[in-house]
Amino acid sequence: MATMSPTRTDQPVRATTTPKTRRPRSVSGTGGRAAGVFLTPFFVLFALTMIAPVVYALGMSVFAQRRDGLGFGKPTTVFVGLGNYVDLFQERTFVEGFGRLALYCVIYVPVLLCVALLLALLLDAAVAYARRAFQLLLFLPHAVPGVIAALIWAYLYTPGVSPIVRALESGGIGIDFLSVHLVIPSMVNIAVWEWAGYNVIILFTALQAVPREVLEAARVDGAGEIRTALSIKTPLVWPALGVALLFTVIGSLQLFTEPKILASATTSVTSTWVPNMWAYDAAFTRNNLPQAAAASIVLALLAGVLSWLVTRFTSKEPTR
Amino acid sequence: MTALASAPVRRRRSRAVPATVAVNGLLVVGAAYMVLPLLWLVFAATKDATGLYSGDAFAWGGSFLVNLQGLFAQDDGIFLRWLLNSIGYAGVGAVVGGFISVLAGYAFDKFEFRGKRPLYATVLVGVLIPNTATVIPLYLLAASAGATNTVWAVLIPVLCNPFGVYLARVFSDGYLPAEILEAARVDGAGPFRTFLQVGFPMLVPGFVTIALFQFVGIWNNFMLPLIMLQNRDLFPSSVGIALWQSQVQQNPEFSTLVIAGSFLSILPLVLAFILLQRFWRAGLSAGSVK
Repeated sequence: MATMSPTRTDQPVRATTTPKTRRPRSVSGTGGRAAGVFLTPFFVLFALTMIAPVVYALGMSVFAQRRDGLGFGKPTTVFVGLGNYVDLFQERTFVEGFGRLALYCVIYVPVLLCVALLLALLLDAAVAYARRAFQLLLFLPHAVPGVIAALIWAYLYTPGVSPIVRALESGGIGIDFLSVHLVIPSMVNIAVWEWAGYNVIILFTALQAVPREVLEAARVDGAGEIRTALSIKTPLVWPALGVALLFTVIGSLQLFTEPKILASATTSVTSTWVPNMWAYDAAFTRNNLPQAAAASIVLALLAGVLSWLVTRFTSKEPTR
Repeated sequence: MTALASAPVRRRRSRAVPATVAVNGLLVVGAAYMVLPLLWLVFAATKDATGLYSGDAFAWGGSFLVNLQGLFAQDDGIFLRWLLNSIGYAGVGAVVGGFISVLAGYAFDKFEFRGKRPLYATVLVGVLIPNTATVIPLYLLAASAGATNTVWAVLIPVLCNPFGVYLARVFSDGYLPAEILEAARVDGAGPFRTFLQVGFPMLVPGFVTIALFQFVGIWNNFMLPLIMLQNRDLFPSSVGIALWQSQVQQNPEFSTLVIAGSFLSILPLVLAFILLQRFWRAGLSAGSVK
């Protein structure tokens, strides 16, 4: 990502200035001072809404509130170092939440990417006039807020209301989508429904950029449509797939809205079901702000490590 | 000649027919999976509570207007207020936040200055920070400043959109030739006049794209307003609907409110996506070159 910037921006500079006599200057003249004015609003907001809260939470997470033995009087704030983090990983509910989140990611990420890639390949093979309509239809769920997507599916999982459950029952199959064992796949389905179309469009755009000569050559060599799709098109859209993977992994760590809504429809989802819900519960039900801060920091760190791994992994794959 | 030439063509076509049927058939299945839940919501919005639990899911009920009446009458019409709040938060956030992103993206693309690379790297790191990981820290900070439960607590955080800055830089690079800005400079326009009179007008399609995605993002935001706001009068529709949904277990009557409210709350977004197709397509293709 970062390697793209020098080639992009250096060229106009070289074209307009002579490097020996002048320091590189901007295309439109005033360089630093103007850039400062243009960038200030964004970076003030960035410092205020992203850096400051994380630093504040980091600071808060190394303190703890202690009360005296009877629990009366004002709590005192004491420095505990990494104590809150140690406590976190000894909390059974927190560790279990991470386990559920991991299971959810392991199912969700490959399913989403496979569904999106399959649909994008189909779209690429479809007749031109049908493409626009299909793109729009596939993308529509992305316009639906997560709360409402979760609500719709919560009703579609509820026996008595759901046409799906009724259809399956009339076929002799009784499934409780909201049971303890099925609730994670049910949640994966909601997220796939929300996000597949978005990724289909990204992958489809990348497929459109595949040189037609390459596909023609494959056809001449006798490769069928399916063979071409799997061994020519898919490797060529690997970079786009990498971006989709990165955002899918980051997105799946944020899991909160869907379980929070499903919790009102089933007892299978507890109030500390995933780490984000655990942190919410710590802050607002248990009133343990330092623990909530520590949990958020752990999640942010995990996201950082995972996105670093994903970028490393995807940029090392096929180079051409 | 003609007979010889047309024979292989016809053969190829006849072999392609099953493939075309399979491709389009699978796409129809995919599209049905995406659209049927939305259709279910449309039909459900026309039913009363008993109709919801009995009979055909994909048949019209007769109480659409009654449901809407109930929705707007509940708690002295608080739903309308929630809807207006959503429009306010998302509208202001999209326009102001989009403009701030375009300013920054334009500066990253068109200016040379010291510290550009580390600053841009900071933006890219910002893209990768999961939103919900900063929500609770934001709450802690806002609480210490006494700013929770205000409009600002939900409006200021959504103005900062690192991905918008990234998109703006891509658009500025693609749509705005440096020569035009250079010409404006030669004509004696300063950097701010150049941006406002030459640069920004040419970046309007990019601005609309960024603002559209930001509008949808803010409209769909749930965790931030849920945590920041306690005053029901300040809720956006997503938090309000979730509040009603949490009462369905005790009071099944609420389900008609929840469904009618959901229907009304996705209508503007679905319409925006259908009418503004050009812009979200542009945004997604710019996002995929990353």
